[in-house]
Amino acid sequence: MNSHAREALETLAYGPTAEDPRPALQWLDARGRRFGLFIGNRWAEPASGQWFDTRNPATGELLGTVPHAGPDDVDRALRAAREALPAWRQAPDRVRARLLYAAARQVQKQAALLAVLQTLDSGKPIRESREVDVPLAARYFDHHAGWAQLRARRFPGQEPVGVVGQILPWNSPLLGAAWDLATALAAGCTVVLIPSQHTPLTALALCDVLAEVGLPPGVVNVVTGDDRAGELVVQHPAVDKVAFTGSAEVGRRIRQLAAGTGRRVSLRLGGQLSFVIFEDADLDAAVEGVVDAVGSDSGQRWCAGSRLLVQEGIADRLLAKLRARMEKLRVGDPLDRTVDMGVPAVPGQVERLRHLCQVAVQEGARMWQPSWGVTTEGPFFPPTLFSDVPPAGTLERAEIFGPVLVSTTFRGAEEAVTLANDVRRPAAASLWTENVSLALDVARRLSARTVWLNAVNLFDASGLAPEGMHEYLEPAQPSPFRWPGAGWAAPETTPAAAGPAAQPALPMGRTAKLYVAGRWVRPDTPYVRRVYGPGGELVGEVGEANFKDICNAVEAARSALQGWGQAPAHTRAQVLYRVAETLQARAAEFAARIAAMTGQPELAGQEVERAVERLLTYVAWCDKFGGAVDALAHPQGLVLALHEPVGVVGIACPDEFPLLAFVSLVGPAVALGNTAVAVPSPRHPLAITDLYQVLDTSDVPGGVVNILTGDREALAVVLAQHEDVDAVWYFGTPEGARAVEQESAGNLKRTWTCTQARDWLDPLWAEGEEFLRQAAQVKDVWIPHGD
Amino acid sequence: MATTVREPAALRNPGTALDLAWVAAVRVNRPAAERRVQTLLAERSVHGPAQVGWLIRTVQCLDLTTLAGDDTPGFVRRLAAKARQPVPLDVLEGYGFSPGQVRVAAVCVYPRLVPVAREALEGSGVRVASVAAGFPAAQTSLSTRVAEVEDAVRAGADEVDVVVCRAHTIRGDWQALYEEVRAFREAAGSAYLKTILGTGELPSLRHVAQAALVCMMAGADFVKTSTGKEAVNATLPVGLVMVRQVREYYERTGFRVGFKPAGGIRTARQALEWLVLMREELGEEWARPDTFRLGASGLLLDVNRHLNDHLTGRSSPAHPSLR
Repeated sequence: MNSHAREALETLAYGPTAEDPRPALQWLDARGRRFGLFIGNRWAEPASGQWFDTRNPATGELLGTVPHAGPDDVDRALRAAREALPAWRQAPDRVRARLLYAAARQVQKQAALLAVLQTLDSGKPIRESREVDVPLAARYFDHHAGWAQLRARRFPGQEPVGVVGQILPWNSPLLGAAWDLATALAAGCTVVLIPSQHTPLTALALCDVLAEVGLPPGVVNVVTGDDRAGELVVQHPAVDKVAFTGSAEVGRRIRQLAAGTGRRVSLRLGGQLSFVIFEDADLDAAVEGVVDAVGSDSGQRWCAGSRLLVQEGIADRLLAKLRARMEKLRVGDPLDRTVDMGVPAVPGQVERLRHLCQVAVQEGARMWQPSWGVTTEGPFFPPTLFSDVPPAGTLERAEIFGPVLVSTTFRGAEEAVTLANDVRRPAAASLWTENVSLALDVARRLSARTVWLNAVNLFDASGLAPEGMHEYLEPAQPSPFRWPGAGWAAPETTPAAAGPAAQPALPMGRTAKLYVAGRWVRPDTPYVRRVYGPGGELVGEVGEANFKDICNAVEAARSALQGWGQAPAHTRAQVLYRVAETLQARAAEFAARIAAMTGQPELAGQEVERAVERLLTYVAWCDKFGGAVDALAHPQGLVLALHEPVGVVGIACPDEFPLLAFVSLVGPAVALGNTAVAVPSPRHPLAITDLYQVLDTSDVPGGVVNILTGDREALAVVLAQHEDVDAVWYFGTPEGARAVEQESAGNLKRTWTCTQARDWLDPLWAEGEEFLRQAAQVKDVWIPHGD
Repeated sequence: MATTVREPAALRNPGTALDLAWVAAVRVNRPAAERRVQTLLAERSVHGPAQVGWLIRTVQCLDLTTLAGDDTPGFVRRLAAKARQPVPLDVLEGYGFSPGQVRVAAVCVYPRLVPVAREALEGSGVRVASVAAGFPAAQTSLSTRVAEVEDAVRAGADEVDVVVCRAHTIRGDWQALYEEVRAFREAAGSAYLKTILGTGELPSLRHVAQAALVCMMAGADFVKTSTGKEAVNATLPVGLVMVRQVREYYERTGFRVGFKPAGGIRTARQALEWLVLMREELGEEWARPDTFRLGASGLLLDVNRHLNDHLTGRSSPAHPSLR
């Protein structure tokens, strides 16, 4: 003791500060260090008969053995979840709320176990596990207990999606599990959880906690295994929804597997974190922010390495400060309370990182690591700072999952925004400036979904929470609707050059063109699509769009996006109002046109009337869905949840109510500032081609609405594949939906597919928040304040 | 900008010209500062045997202070005795420290009592510090305040803790602040100059940082947070922005300026927090008496209680010899 004291007096050494691992080791021992599948609140032996070891990544020490689930195991877990569903979804809201509140208490009671276990299992520093993850996990349960309590009132007309498969990553395993479980359970879903094979233990411990508070058997089940377990869940018919958190690569694969199954998929993918540091920033604070993010989770939180954009005039000073600070970072035993960075959870990760850095250096990038970096023993990777990284180099492309920073300078805000947005998946940004006008302006222009002002890695249960609940709720199923036109003759495509014999006289005597960039344009190829009435009589011809036409339309939509998206909401409302007015004035003409195609004059009259009404609904919404401010997520700060346009939206319309459905889809999209490339009903396109004139005379700016007639299925696939389309809405056949979902996995664009005919006359199913949420994406801007 | 690194404490800060562009460029973000303090304390805590060493270090950096209307020569002599022997001998021996190893850095009193303290501390190695310059409000004329500094030094003060005029900082009149501190520095001669910013009365953390910087430019040996008489005392975010300025000044000029938090520091735990702040932001060697002081009157009691508890393994009330 005395020598320690005397040494500390001389050096101010902290002394041994290792956290006691016993709570976790005792828990492991009590279970014989051998786990089962957690199914129906019991530990079950895997039918696969296979197991795998899980080790402490810092020491290689064996922590326990967990089942390697096979198809039968996944099946069993899902059946348990399916059986538990009816009772759980019907349980009164207050009952689910109580259980979640109890779960929060239990997490707090077991804080020591959960924190130490997570650190042992994932290599995350104990300080982070204890100070950040466990309290936040409890907070997630508490917060969602509240949503459970309020569900019926806050989310009327919404139902739980059903059985959910949740696939978790290895970074922040406890938080991930708590967040996903709390949300799903609050909504009334039952869950099969698949923790990462690298960090399975926290999820298992969390099950223990949940079972203790009396969660009914089967509501939460945990299946351990490798990627295949996840794939089995995605493909299993008993699953209604898959929630995946992790890398883009796996996310893409999951979207492909789930395509066409009707299973909803939500992906939380890692992306790039960009720091943008302006010359009037508190540089010391910014350096701390960077170090915080790099150290957090050993830099694994944002799968791509972080980018450091620094205004040129202060770059040298900032980087000098940063290097000095990184010299002082402590890497080491994650159980040591004074350690800043732990170890990567995945075996082989350090070697992978070393290799990536080597390649980057060979490509000409300049690398800096703290002086202690080279000498560090063990599976640690030092924080690494790169500059002069060639564009399109390895570091710009790879998913890095490590404490790697790439620095670049910028000259002004304009360039900073361009650079920050010029990454494949801008996930988050951390802005540093004392100029609030600049900060908010840049925050709004960044593509990142989360922006922190003078801060980084702020999270809370609120903020995005209503969005989270919507992930697990869906509108109650509309009663089945049967569109009378379903069995009529399909339109056929013929070359326009076909002789007069093949072309009987048409009512309008001309073929409608396509509508692109506010102009009536001829299709790329001279094919026309013949449109027939209910008796099989030819009622008109429209152009047949192809790949090239889609590309032109997307280009037009892209160039119109900025002007339209940033136009005052009031201006958009006025434009839409004029559209409604013009349509109203020509209502009889449109009704007649629809009736000619459908043979239902009365319904057609109603349809046009409703279409005008629907437009007015979105005129009304134009300036009322801008977002919200959460003053509660941060004790001294505001969180802005900004609703921003998604971008260019491809819309494939259904056959039923051809005009009304078109208006019901394109309406919300453009009302919220998106631009649309719309493919009208392939069977009844004529009323839409008549809209060209309406759009022209209503001053809709060119490119805001682009209309391409033709083969919906083929065109929808082109839209889904197009890298510059941000979302695809598809209303049509199951095969079409599958193709759209499959093809859109490439750039991971948002999709919204519906394969059931809707009664578009009924506002309950045909308008409202569901449509608005699809038309908007939320950006959270965290603004801590104080001077 | 010069970034030459000189030997620690080998050179007293002579000050620089007033660089208004530098002062204007100072930026401080309060939420970030508060978060840094929060994580710092969560990350770095001192327990067990090491804590004993840290507590002794706080004693060594202590400016044992009495600044009350009822201070008397007798009371100051008692305080001086405590300064010579701040930790009971049995406790020191228990830890294996030699008695001569542990004394406080200075005793801080009003100017009138400097001769008493001087005499009582003769040969002890404990320095005598005097507050001056219109303590605590700095609302007397500059000439009076300068004269007060001269008086204190003449009376035998090794160090002068001067208050600076808050109005200059609040109004951003850096020229006035600079000239004032320059005058004090001249008046102090070879005595150390500690400039008290009165941070509890400044409008923002940025003002704190700028005032600290201007004082350093004017030749302060220490920047100090508070008089202990303001409604708000030394807080860690304030300390953080001040030590960051100290570091910045060192990086640009090569001169090490000391830091002294004062006011409201009563517990061993608080003292350790300040020491952690110093260690993490400036380094261990900066957290020594020539560049770090803790201004406190009641702190010693709690530190001794902790030292005693570590030794006996029992929780004790205040150590009897300290009453």
